[in-house]
Amino acid sequence: MNFATISIGYLRARSLNTALNIALLALGIATITLLLLVTHQLEERMQRDARGIDLVAGAKGSPLQVILSAIYHLDVPTGNIPLKQAQEIAKHRMVKKTIPLALGDSYKGFRIVGTNHDYIAHYGAKPASGRLWEKPMEAVIGAEVAQRTGLAAGGKFTGAHGIAEAGSGHDEAFYDVVGVLALSGSVLDRLVLTSVQSVWAVHDEHQGADAKQHMSEDDKEITALLIQYASPLAVAILPRYINNNSEMQAASPAYETARLFSIIGVGVDVLRGFALVLILSAGLSVFIALYNALNERRYDLAVMRTLGASRGKLMRLMLFEGVLLALLGALIGVALGHALTEALGGMLKAAQQVAVTGWIWVPAELWLIALALGVGAVSAVLPAWRAYRTDIARTLAQG
Amino acid sequence: MFAVQNLRHAYNGQDVLRVDAWQVEQGAHWLLLGASGSGKTTLLHILAAILRPSAGSVTVAGQDLGALPPAGLDRFRGQHVGIVLQRLHLVTSLSVTNNLLLAQYLAGLPQDRDRVREVLASLDLADKGDAWPHELSHGQAQRVAVARAVVNRPQLLLADEPTSNLDDGRCAQALDLLESQARACKATLVIATHDQRTKARIPNHYAMQEVA
Repeated sequence: MNFATISIGYLRARSLNTALNIALLALGIATITLLLLVTHQLEERMQRDARGIDLVAGAKGSPLQVILSAIYHLDVPTGNIPLKQAQEIAKHRMVKKTIPLALGDSYKGFRIVGTNHDYIAHYGAKPASGRLWEKPMEAVIGAEVAQRTGLAAGGKFTGAHGIAEAGSGHDEAFYDVVGVLALSGSVLDRLVLTSVQSVWAVHDEHQGADAKQHMSEDDKEITALLIQYASPLAVAILPRYINNNSEMQAASPAYETARLFSIIGVGVDVLRGFALVLILSAGLSVFIALYNALNERRYDLAVMRTLGASRGKLMRLMLFEGVLLALLGALIGVALGHALTEALGGMLKAAQQVAVTGWIWVPAELWLIALALGVGAVSAVLPAWRAYRTDIARTLAQG
Repeated sequence: MFAVQNLRHAYNGQDVLRVDAWQVEQGAHWLLLGASGSGKTTLLHILAAILRPSAGSVTVAGQDLGALPPAGLDRFRGQHVGIVLQRLHLVTSLSVTNNLLLAQYLAGLPQDRDRVREVLASLDLADKGDAWPHELSHGQAQRVAVARAVVNRPQLLLADEPTSNLDDGRCAQALDLLESQARACKATLVIATHDQRTKARIPNHYAMQEVA
């Protein structure tokens, strides 16, 4: 016999009402948990993919599109940039390191990226089997690509234009798969990687097979250049230098992803507000339930006083009941939120989008549980105060 | 065992109770007689430390109740006084056993399931421990209420109109039960009643005074 036995007895005695209160609270908590988990993972993922990349030089157009296409490979590029200009930027004294990217084709929806080995080293990835490419038309595939397409080292494939699954193809230009990368948790998992020369070769052949003339050095193009600054000062100099002295434009991953999140943030805020309304109405519902229960229970409370309970004990008992309800709602809500996130992750995976899992914890969830307990306690304050004030002699005399 | 002196109680500025002097020995059984509205229940509440009188002194089991702070009264009541209320008032959301454990818990005493079983058995309720109050007959519910009142072995056992609405046979049973339970824990027993049938069985009577 303790507070829990008494409270559980009462909660069971009006089980429908208890279920309603728990459900209201759990739905609100689950919605916020889902938002917390998904935004946390998206932000973490986007930050991880952009780590160490201070600036991207791409063709003029939307800077957000440059970032989405060159870092996250979620959008089409704005166009191409001349190789010569990119090489000049790479020699700038404010630049520590650059990685070229040549985009355009895809294999079964996975983008083919012409680059150099630095790109793989940048994300700390290593081949799980086979080796990296050495010659043109050799390719290395990301772990997810291998898993989904069944390609392995020794396999062959041809690319298709664009990133749609069924673009028109380069049917004669076969790539040899020479390696499969180990899962790195980065954007590389979803890419087919090869040398820039391979991409040129495929398009060269495509454009002028009968002319039999190779592109001159001046005509060579890539899609984007990933840049790491040599010094923090570069942030004030390099973007302006690129924008003013070349056909390219400079886009900052930090700035553009922040902008993207502020756009998504509006939707997240609306959902979060909706969930808070649910939690508040759960609080109101708990309050009404406890307040009504007081009327049914005033003899019980009086009897408990005759059995030796102090006023303070009855007050704590009511508070305990409010908090217990809130705790049940919060725990069920958090569990539901994780389950929904995991289900959403499954759907996103099927759509080849970013990986989201329900099996992680974020510290904010503790705050969420604390918030729920607070709501439970606050809803119980007035009923608890009335329990405290119950006049036993008068209540019993009425009985 | 308890002594009441110059007791007055007013409610909303009107005197509702007056007891000049009443003294009872430990272990004695008394009837508190009076018509309804004569203040019997109020006097029981005062003896049970549920209500503080407007004036006068009440000493129960050697303790001057007027000297105790509110929390002290609660503790005193829980540990030394057992009350069988007129409407029984079992906590309906708790099982019979839990109703008895509740009495031990709220009195701040250790929870003793053996004692609970012993009391239930002595009231012929051995198989009702897991029953819910709504499953009990009136007679069983009354016995559970008595069990709850005596489970802490009180020194003072109070009952408010325990025989009203009972036929003669059940009236006698109810009195037997209260007397035997009071004897079992050597408690002083006070039964507030206006039931004339009880007078023959219990010789000590205190009649409520008229309020002047």
